Amino acid sequence: MLSFISKRLLVALLVCLTVSALSFGLMFVSGDPAIAIAGSGGRAEDAEAIRQAYGFDRPLIVQYLDWIGSALTGNLGQSIYFNVPVTEIIGNRAGVTLTLGFISFLVALVIAVPLGVAAALRPNGWIDRIALVIAVSGQAIPSFWLGLMAIVVFGVWYGWVPISGADTWQGYILPVIVLSYYAIPELMRITRSGMIDVLATDYVRAARAKGLPMHLVISRHALRNAVLPLVSLAAVQLGQLLSGSIVIESVFALNGLGRLAWESLLRSDLPVVQAIILILSLLYVVLTTLADILNAVLDPRLRGGS
Amino acid sequence: METTRPSVWRKMRGNTGALIGGTLLLLIILIAVLAPLLAPHDPIAQDLTRRLLPPFWHDRAVPEHLLGTDHLGRDYLSRLIYGARVSLGVGLGVILVSGTIGITLGLIAGYFGGWIDMVISFAITTRLSLPIVLVALAAVALGGASLTTLITVLGFLLWDRFAVVTRAAAQSLRHQEFILGLRAIGASRARILFLEILPNMRATILVVVSLEVANVILLEAALSFLGLGVRPPTPSWGLMISEGRDNILFDPWLIALPGSALCLLVLAVNLFGDGMRDITGPARK
Repeated sequence: MLSFISKRLLVALLVCLTVSALSFGLMFVSGDPAIAIAGSGGRAEDAEAIRQAYGFDRPLIVQYLDWIGSALTGNLGQSIYFNVPVTEIIGNRAGVTLTLGFISFLVALVIAVPLGVAAALRPNGWIDRIALVIAVSGQAIPSFWLGLMAIVVFGVWYGWVPISGADTWQGYILPVIVLSYYAIPELMRITRSGMIDVLATDYVRAARAKGLPMHLVISRHALRNAVLPLVSLAAVQLGQLLSGSIVIESVFALNGLGRLAWESLLRSDLPVVQAIILILSLLYVVLTTLADILNAVLDPRLRGGS
Repeated sequence: METTRPSVWRKMRGNTGALIGGTLLLLIILIAVLAPLLAPHDPIAQDLTRRLLPPFWHDRAVPEHLLGTDHLGRDYLSRLIYGARVSLGVGLGVILVSGTIGITLGLIAGYFGGWIDMVISFAITTRLSLPIVLVALAAVALGGASLTTLITVLGFLLWDRFAVVTRAAAQSLRHQEFILGLRAIGASRARILFLEILPNMRATILVVVSLEVANVILLEAALSFLGLGVRPPTPSWGLMISEGRDNILFDPWLIALPGSALCLLVLAVNLFGDGMRDITGPARK
């Protein structure tokens, strides 16, 4: 068990290092970050001044070590546009993204898991068919478009909810619906298929044969084993919701990290973009690592072997 | 091997989803290919005297512009028709890049195992932890937004599912007798990998292709919507939604039409892909 966890943590650490190098390297996709920051209309002198001010003239490896070194002490550099520490800006904006991401995730789970279980109990029954329609449509409808259409219908035509911003809690209603609708299909599919597999096992049939009521069979025996694949997927989905909210935030004019990243890109504020990519990646690594460890705790079979 | 083809077709006839998806997909592909013949107008020709004409179900509609015109007076139907080219083109282009990368990596990792597998698996894990939309946005913004950049960036980001699936398939194939036999007679590794193992996975790969095409089409639309994908005046459905956004209060059809086109295409690809998975996959659930 301990060796499994330590191996998993080592891999996570290596991934973090690689991801940090990648988000650092993104600055240099354009070739010269100084020119990217100065803008296409910038003069050569401006670019040169930026190059010196930000130390772009130093060797790459020195720049990277410098960046990662200060990142470890909680300093992610200075925003070029606002001229304040990146961490400060991100701190101000992270709340909206985290709130949106976590609430959407919970809503998605609360809908997807019971629906998946119900669908598995009667494959091809009417609940299963409704679930299938939800899954198929949820995967085909682009979330940003669904958001816009929801604004038109519920914000403009009916006037039930504010059409942008998150000054009040009502501002979160539509974004949460749209974002959770995006996460529901996969969560539901894996619950359903996991449940179908478990329901066919001998121990479940034995439990039913001895006369245990169905809801107890599900809650005591089946669900516990069916959630194993769900744990990993849930971590992945939560990570995707947090990073996927970039489009939703811009649709609903929410001042979260995603919108910040997008605006920063448009004004070439690269340190902010780098920092957000790094933070979201690290968050994902942490979530999936936790899910793997949780899975190992829940299912002893996973601990051996690899 | 010869017998798989007719039986796949026979099964496909029994699978409603695959049949509907396949037909719809074929139709959209035809529309994209025949766009110059089908489109009533030039999709980028502006006519500022005929801006924001509504589609046919409105009273003010003009018969020449069946689905109305956008804020620059461009024929909406023509733009929608040409938009199919962008969606499918980007989908295909990205799959060529990402499929080549992913399949090659997956084959090598699965067949050789050992440290090679460890390195490639690590690359997959790393890739999965990157926030795709954000990294793609940043790379396109820094690399200069163009169709080529978009396809390259997405191609280099979306190879993971190909790699995961081919890796697993190669692992299960490498101990099969016919592969061991080929190795015994001294067949080269390249021949075993690309001429023997790869053709045995084509059903699996076809399923991944369809799932990934749908994924790419949605991503392209999202990136174009955010202004960092396809450049104007190219008619991309995502871009049309973004352009129609300013007039959403009075002319919601401006975003409803391209969005519906997008849904229809992704639905077609998904139904086809899911159907193929049911048909070619192992025992159904």
